[in-house]
Amino acid sequence: MGPFIAQFLTGLANAAALFLVASGLSLIFGVTRIVNFAHGSFYMLGAFIGYTVMQLLPGAFGFWSSILVAGLAVGLIGVIVEMLVLRPIYRAPELFQLVATFGVILVIQDLALITWGAEDLLGPRAPGLKGVIRILGEPVPKYDLALIAITPFILFALWYLITKTRLGVLVRAATQDREMVAALGVNQSWLFTGVFFLGAMLAGLGGALQLPKGGADLLMDFNILASIFVVVVIGGMGSLPGAFIAAVLISVLNVFGVRYMPQSTLVLMYVVMAVVLIIKPYGLMGRKEVAGEHGQVGEPEQPFSPFGRRGRLIVAVLLIALATLPFLGSKFAMILAIDIIIVCLFAASLHFILSLGGLVSFGHAAFFGGGAYAAALMVHYAGSPMELAFVLAPIITGFLAIIIGWFCIRLTGVYFAMLTLAFSQLLWSLVFQWGEVTGGDDGMVSIWPSPWASDTTVFFYLTMIIGFGGILVLRHAAHSPFGYALRASRDSAGRAEATGINTKRVQFVAFTFAGAMAGLAGTLFVFSKGSIFPTELEIGKSFDALIMVFLGGVKTLAGPLVGASALSLMQDYLTRFEYWRLALGLLIIAVVIIAPEGIAGTSQKLAARWGIIRRDEVQ
Amino acid sequence: MKLITKIAGLAMASAIGLSSVSAFAAETIKIGEINHYKRMAAFTTPYQNGIKLALSEVNGAGGVLGKPLEFIYRDDQGKPGEAVKIAEELITRDGAVMITGTIFSHVGLAIASWAGQKKHVYLAAEPLADALVWAKGNKYTFRLRASTHMQASMLAEEAAKNPAVKYATIAPNYAYGKDAVAAFEKALKKLRPDVVFVTKQWPGLFKIDAGAEVQAIEAAKPDAIYNVTFGGDLAKFVREGSTRGLFDNRLVLGLLTGEPEYIDPLKDEAPENWIVTGYPWYDFKDGANKTFVDAYMAKYSERPGIGSLVGYMVVKTIAAGITKAGSTDTEALVKAFEGLDVATPIGKIHFREIDHQATSGAFVGKTKLKDGKGIMVDWTFKDGANYLPSDEEVKAMRPASK
Repeated sequence: MGPFIAQFLTGLANAAALFLVASGLSLIFGVTRIVNFAHGSFYMLGAFIGYTVMQLLPGAFGFWSSILVAGLAVGLIGVIVEMLVLRPIYRAPELFQLVATFGVILVIQDLALITWGAEDLLGPRAPGLKGVIRILGEPVPKYDLALIAITPFILFALWYLITKTRLGVLVRAATQDREMVAALGVNQSWLFTGVFFLGAMLAGLGGALQLPKGGADLLMDFNILASIFVVVVIGGMGSLPGAFIAAVLISVLNVFGVRYMPQSTLVLMYVVMAVVLIIKPYGLMGRKEVAGEHGQVGEPEQPFSPFGRRGRLIVAVLLIALATLPFLGSKFAMILAIDIIIVCLFAASLHFILSLGGLVSFGHAAFFGGGAYAAALMVHYAGSPMELAFVLAPIITGFLAIIIGWFCIRLTGVYFAMLTLAFSQLLWSLVFQWGEVTGGDDGMVSIWPSPWASDTTVFFYLTMIIGFGGILVLRHAAHSPFGYALRASRDSAGRAEATGINTKRVQFVAFTFAGAMAGLAGTLFVFSKGSIFPTELEIGKSFDALIMVFLGGVKTLAGPLVGASALSLMQDYLTRFEYWRLALGLLIIAVVIIAPEGIAGTSQKLAARWGIIRRDEVQ
Repeated sequence: MKLITKIAGLAMASAIGLSSVSAFAAETIKIGEINHYKRMAAFTTPYQNGIKLALSEVNGAGGVLGKPLEFIYRDDQGKPGEAVKIAEELITRDGAVMITGTIFSHVGLAIASWAGQKKHVYLAAEPLADALVWAKGNKYTFRLRASTHMQASMLAEEAAKNPAVKYATIAPNYAYGKDAVAAFEKALKKLRPDVVFVTKQWPGLFKIDAGAEVQAIEAAKPDAIYNVTFGGDLAKFVREGSTRGLFDNRLVLGLLTGEPEYIDPLKDEAPENWIVTGYPWYDFKDGANKTFVDAYMAKYSERPGIGSLVGYMVVKTIAAGITKAGSTDTEALVKAFEGLDVATPIGKIHFREIDHQATSGAFVGKTKLKDGKGIMVDWTFKDGANYLPSDEEVKAMRPASK
């Protein structure tokens, strides 16, 4: 019994920091509808600031006040981020803000490196709480018990704030229907800023509180990000008690997982999330997402229309120009162009499901990496030639998308996003763990094109044909009756159903199609690099694609191509410099503020305004 | 829409424009150095310093083949695909004659595969994966550092001298951790068939749940613990373990734990009496080791890390290889690196013809606290040549040498 209780207590103690950070994320999302990727960065800053202040303030009083100071400081940083970066873009398309928060992550990473240096900092121990207490003979660290005691107080304080104060009333009202709150005369801007302060402060407190159990290092922002998303989703977006229960559930399960299934450490959390979302689609304590937006945010969008004759001509000229690259450019220019075409196809496939289907997937890397691995496995085990892999890998990826889609399509909005994230993580951990077949993180190497295509010039043309072929098919699908049905399902499911469109089936087919196209991009990728590693299935890869689509512009068909090219070129150029993350982050934030419709969307609008193109000619 | 397409086209065109400005005919010999400069800043900074120190020495003495040696440093963000792209760029655009670098094994493996296909020399500096020279080795890839297998075998030898029978292991849940546990287990069982492994813990890399891991190991009641965790994971493991008394009266072995990059952040909480591999830079009395440490401290006024030593050895190896080859032609370089002997601070190392692994050794010693930080005492230097499998075993593992 002793070891069992001790393990349970360890789980509860681990839940403390997780709950604090996750509750902040949940609050911010609930009120502002911003998926704050930078929340892990607030957590990291809390740890670093707490560490620094603890060096200045001695003793138990110093220790605990340092934690408070760290929380307040991070809260203020949150306010700065909100006012400078997010306020200008609240009218942008939904979820666009996540691009900005991604820029914030990069900026904070480099600023933290400049300020605190590269070496990991070991957190100081809590004065007076250094030893252990024996419970039924098992040692339990005193600080663990302190954490277990503190968490309910914070939960209670938050509960009081949300249910008993005027601010809380406004927060709850805004979570349900923020436009109505605004219509009733509440100053939304300050409400959002206040919520950001609170959310960031909670993350900072979490970071500082975990110091005695670990420390501060530069990787902790990304390391906690996935866990807090999982907690928020399992608990139900916007629900504080839900976040608490989920944090405890995940932490306790994790402790017992470590004890009884040591290999499970990577995957357990995602299995739990997938199971919960399949049974309770809106999390344990969440409510069905109210279609709170009355109409769309921002200006009404121009519907897509196919190219006219002039447009087609220009595209043809551009393609021919690109085809002369082997004669004019260097070998490396071709390599770079191959890379860019591949990410363009990947981004375009995400755009198809995201923009036309209105289904934001956070796990699109599953299909990119899935296609790459399907091709690699075929070549490695069946000795299949490249040509066959190009045919079969996208089909296999399509089947993968059918399986994942079957579970995910029934959800919408952020829950759909999170379930796709869970499945892509499951696939990642499968590939990662199943070393005998997939090579684990040593990956699969020596997957090269057939001899006739191994010359860079030939492979460049092959990539052009397949890549642009895929993109054209996607474009064509957007203008086909199927594309119209998909857009109808997005804009008004009820009316679409009434006209005889089976909306869920249309979305399911679109999801599968987009998955297969991402698989095609992945197949190109593996043959261009000659190797594949689980990194191509990571969350970061899915996020890359999201950033590209949003950066380019969700509401234009050219958006993903522009976004993918722009981000790739920026990265390629900036990584040559010392503080490239700072530069890239600032650049992304600048683009986001200047072009809130994305690069393509905004330039299109400007072109129309200045009369370069006619309004009806847009798209 | 047309405008947008134009912008996309412009972006492409600017890529072409950028790339046609190719640098060439500079009077230096260029080496492409790819690393995770920002992801692993704590490790790459000492490493880069080591490179720069050696470069100033080599170029001060007239360079190689009468030309100065120049390193081009590029950040791959820790992504294998990106690293392959950069490698291609370094060779075709910047005119690098060979590639070196990386810490992460998977990035090293990606570059190695590329090097084998495109026929360019790659000197893997820090990646430790055994597969790099064995299962996935190729003609164009060489490795400088003592591999996972070598360092784990050294620790197994020390472990075998102790009476402990029941072992627990804790290693990050990825290839390096798994290799390190497998190699240790194999080497130890060979020396001590009576040893049993009572539990194996696999925390996610940099995501350790230290309290739970410590409890799980404690529950298995081992006599000895073999630790492969490092970085932030190690700090958390050590703190929870010492708080809960896990290490009391137990033999603990730590792979890489004694390297300054890993033990220094632990400060006065560094564990005592662990048997570890590491780098006792503070303890050299004379010889080439001392000369290197003194030169490093004089230049940078900070302690060298193991990465500094590796970076320094990379430059010395490349200089020796190019000198021996007499040219920068790839095939000549491959010939020169095979069987190359290099004088380094830790003694002469030899690049084996059979698998392109260098015989770099490692320092093995006991940890101790001194002046509020962890150091290694009673250390010995073990020559890597003695911890490699037999030629037959290597041939069986390495398709490239058949």
